[in-house]
Amino acid sequence: MTIADAALAAPTEGRARPASRSRALGRLVPALGLGLFLTFQMLPIYWITRMSFMTPRTIMSRSDFLPVAPTLDNYRVILGDPTWYMSYVNSLTYVLINMAISLAVSLPAAYAFSRYRFLGDKHVFFWLFTNRMAPAAVFLLPFFQLYSAVGLFDTPWAVALAHTLFVVPLAVWILEGFMSGVPREIDETAYIDGYSMPRFFLTVFLPLIRSGIGVTAFFCFMFSWIELLLARTLTSVDARPIVVTMTRTASASGLDWGLLAAAGVLTILPGVAVIWFVRNYIAKGFALGRV
Amino acid sequence: MAEITVSNLRHSYDGDLSDPARLALKGIDHVWRDGGAYALLGPSGCGKSSMLNIISGLVRPTAGRVLFDGRDVTELGPEQRNIAQVFQFPVLYDTMTVEQNLAFPLRNRRVDPGRITRRVREVAEMLDLGPMLGRRAAGLGAAEKQKISLGRGLVREDVAAILFDEPLTVIDPQVKFDLRRKLRLVHETLGLTLVYVTHDQSEALTFADQVVVMSEGEVVQVGTPEELYERPGHTFVGHFIGSPGMNFLPCALEGGRIVFDGGSLPAPRGLAARPGGALVLGIRPHGLGPATDEAEAVPARLIDVEDRGAFRIAEIAIGGNRLRMRVGERDWLPADGLRVAFRPEATLLYANDRLLEDAHA
Amino acid sequence: MLKIEDNRAWFLILPVFLLVAFNAVIPLMTVVNYSLQDIFGPGQRAFIGVEWFRETLRDPAIHAAFLRQILFSGLVLAIEIPLGVAIALTLPRGGWKASAAIVLVAIPLLIPFNVVGMIWQVYARPEIGFLGQVVNALGIPFNYTGDPLSAWVTILMMDAWHWTPLVILLAYAGLCSIPEPYYQAARIDGASRWAVFRYIELPKLNGVLTIAFLLRFMDSFMIYTEPYVVTGGGPGSSTTFLSIRLVNMAVGQFDLGPAAAFSLVYFLVILLFSYVFYTILQRAGRA
Repeated sequence: MTIADAALAAPTEGRARPASRSRALGRLVPALGLGLFLTFQMLPIYWITRMSFMTPRTIMSRSDFLPVAPTLDNYRVILGDPTWYMSYVNSLTYVLINMAISLAVSLPAAYAFSRYRFLGDKHVFFWLFTNRMAPAAVFLLPFFQLYSAVGLFDTPWAVALAHTLFVVPLAVWILEGFMSGVPREIDETAYIDGYSMPRFFLTVFLPLIRSGIGVTAFFCFMFSWIELLLARTLTSVDARPIVVTMTRTASASGLDWGLLAAAGVLTILPGVAVIWFVRNYIAKGFALGRV
Repeated sequence: MAEITVSNLRHSYDGDLSDPARLALKGIDHVWRDGGAYALLGPSGCGKSSMLNIISGLVRPTAGRVLFDGRDVTELGPEQRNIAQVFQFPVLYDTMTVEQNLAFPLRNRRVDPGRITRRVREVAEMLDLGPMLGRRAAGLGAAEKQKISLGRGLVREDVAAILFDEPLTVIDPQVKFDLRRKLRLVHETLGLTLVYVTHDQSEALTFADQVVVMSEGEVVQVGTPEELYERPGHTFVGHFIGSPGMNFLPCALEGGRIVFDGGSLPAPRGLAARPGGALVLGIRPHGLGPATDEAEAVPARLIDVEDRGAFRIAEIAIGGNRLRMRVGERDWLPADGLRVAFRPEATLLYANDRLLEDAHA
Repeated sequence: MLKIEDNRAWFLILPVFLLVAFNAVIPLMTVVNYSLQDIFGPGQRAFIGVEWFRETLRDPAIHAAFLRQILFSGLVLAIEIPLGVAIALTLPRGGWKASAAIVLVAIPLLIPFNVVGMIWQVYARPEIGFLGQVVNALGIPFNYTGDPLSAWVTILMMDAWHWTPLVILLAYAGLCSIPEPYYQAARIDGASRWAVFRYIELPKLNGVLTIAFLLRFMDSFMIYTEPYVVTGGGPGSSTTFLSIRLVNMAVGQFDLGPAAAFSLVYFLVILLFSYVFYTILQRAGRA
């Protein structure tokens, strides 16, 4: 059986190959692919930014790559008119409320799913996720009636609560993945050391899953910030978000493309700030929990 | 099978060699004899893993050369060096069966399928993996997984060396013993050069013929486990090996005697007239004992006694020095008027942390 | 991980349970209620059983929208999953380059649906949009308001633009979590780049890709705002997807009964597909 007499000489193994050329190629192709993709991603954003510095007339008549007769007028209009800039405030308000509520209810739930077995755990998890599968269009009318009935219609709370329906399942699931990565010995040691569960959770456990909370907050922000249908249905004047203000403007006074472009550019900025905050959490990598 | 030589190896992870203090490896020369079983021992961050990865080719050294049987392999990648490496955590191809895992390195090298099957069988039998060849690797225990990692290295017929990077970290204590014996057996059967990185001294001392002790990017001593224990070449080795480690007392040579705070001993005769640098006396806890009728004994004060089962460790004070002394379970320790004898052959002198050769007191 | 059996854990999921129940159960009951009744006006309604369901299941416009929807989701998945994984593999690991690439890649994700629609509506226009101009200049007739194929290409590009980044982020996070020794062992074993992808990276990505697949399936199957802003469902009804059809019924024509029945069927279809995909992907991951 010995391997020693298997010395049937293996001459063909491990031939040296001209490494430098294939290695250079191996680095060039991905860089090229990424460059192309980023160009594909950035061009539309550039195009709308370019439009935001132009007047409706130049937009419709000229298609030069650079802005024609650049002006800041569009931004001046938005920043000078409360119906415009208050809509940004309204949007941010319900997005932040949504983020806070979603994290507050998802954290304990994710902890329960990652640490305990209990009656109906799998069914509840699945049921949570089914809510992610209901088209928002299905809920438009029922939500309108429900939130009117409880007196929250046209407040940020209505939108924030409605958005939790499809944000919370994802939040629970992402957090559960991160929490399962923390060994249970840590919990047990803390309990033996006399920590109460809330104190352990807040002072020991949460800092450990910081990046998970960051990633979750990012997804909460994202899905709430970009949503239009529910936000439009559940607000009218006082809490009108920017996405709705944009559609109203469009139908009222013909299309002022320059103004819309500027408003659109301003909806991109908060998102850039958010992704900037979580960039390192994502780069740290997460394997995610139960699938 | 190969003799591995590293010559003037220096490595810095940012490629900058200008500041010697920040180098991961600070100029190492060493020959790993063909067929030897070596342990590479040192605390974390001492450069032992860097050394291992340089031997395997995963890391290219900033300066210096690596030779396999005299052939310069410094520029070759790991796939061209024919080494087997087992990592701290088992690395497996989860979707493959045990058999496919073992065959993987040969398939990558386009070895004839018939020969692959035969080799995989042989290696599996040697590592007791035969019965589980058809099973999926992902479901096995940590010990089996480590054996598969090892087997993937062994299937190649011209393996130069087996490198282990703390391979028993995730293995249960009771299985550890079996697996370690299996590793020894494989080594003895195949006669391969074996380098075993660990920070656990008992693992190194039981496993290896030769132990290479590293500290802060340098090799401080190479020797058999006995040599390391009885005659540490460097104060670091004395500290690091043995539990508790060696006692050290700052001392000076005056009129043919070693003088230290709280007492003195006769100096060895063959000692160079005036060794330069800071002088330290080193003695293992078992080199000390309560004096019975020795002429040379030093008064000491008993501070504490700790029971270690078969023996006890007494903490004593000699002048301003704290020492640990190993005493038998039944040896009587007087609370007052304790006198301690230094066994002459265990009393070593260090200048600038290095052992003064032939310096028995 | 071994879990402790403890039903008191229910207290921890109670907040989520109540919140989601409030949001889901009450409206769902409303929808079920509507789907079984004919509503003539406030307070005037009659129970009509499964009549609306029968009508929905027979409606040829809904059949057409359904087939369109399947084609659309199929194409979205076929494009975005492989593209996302491929781009994730090209992203630098660690360092400022990685941060910069992540930020740039993720930006489209954070743009509201209707703004995405607006951007592409202009960007793809033959007269004033960069894309429309370039494609037409290449001699390929391209006009999404008149030509169904152009409309489809525009909407698919828009969706890939908006949502491939989600796949990239998930795949990238999965790749970053693969420990370095896997790559080292593969080098020692002489594995090719393809073998590293096939036997290390892809199996380790199975979890994140299952989720990416399911999320992309659900969201593309429910897509509404973006195509609605760009094409309004046209030309003709060539881009009228299920949600567009549904909103037209419920809000445009105020056919609450049929819309509610349609909603329930729609929801069940998504549930069924998700379950089937989940099962298949799980099995593929194990094999």
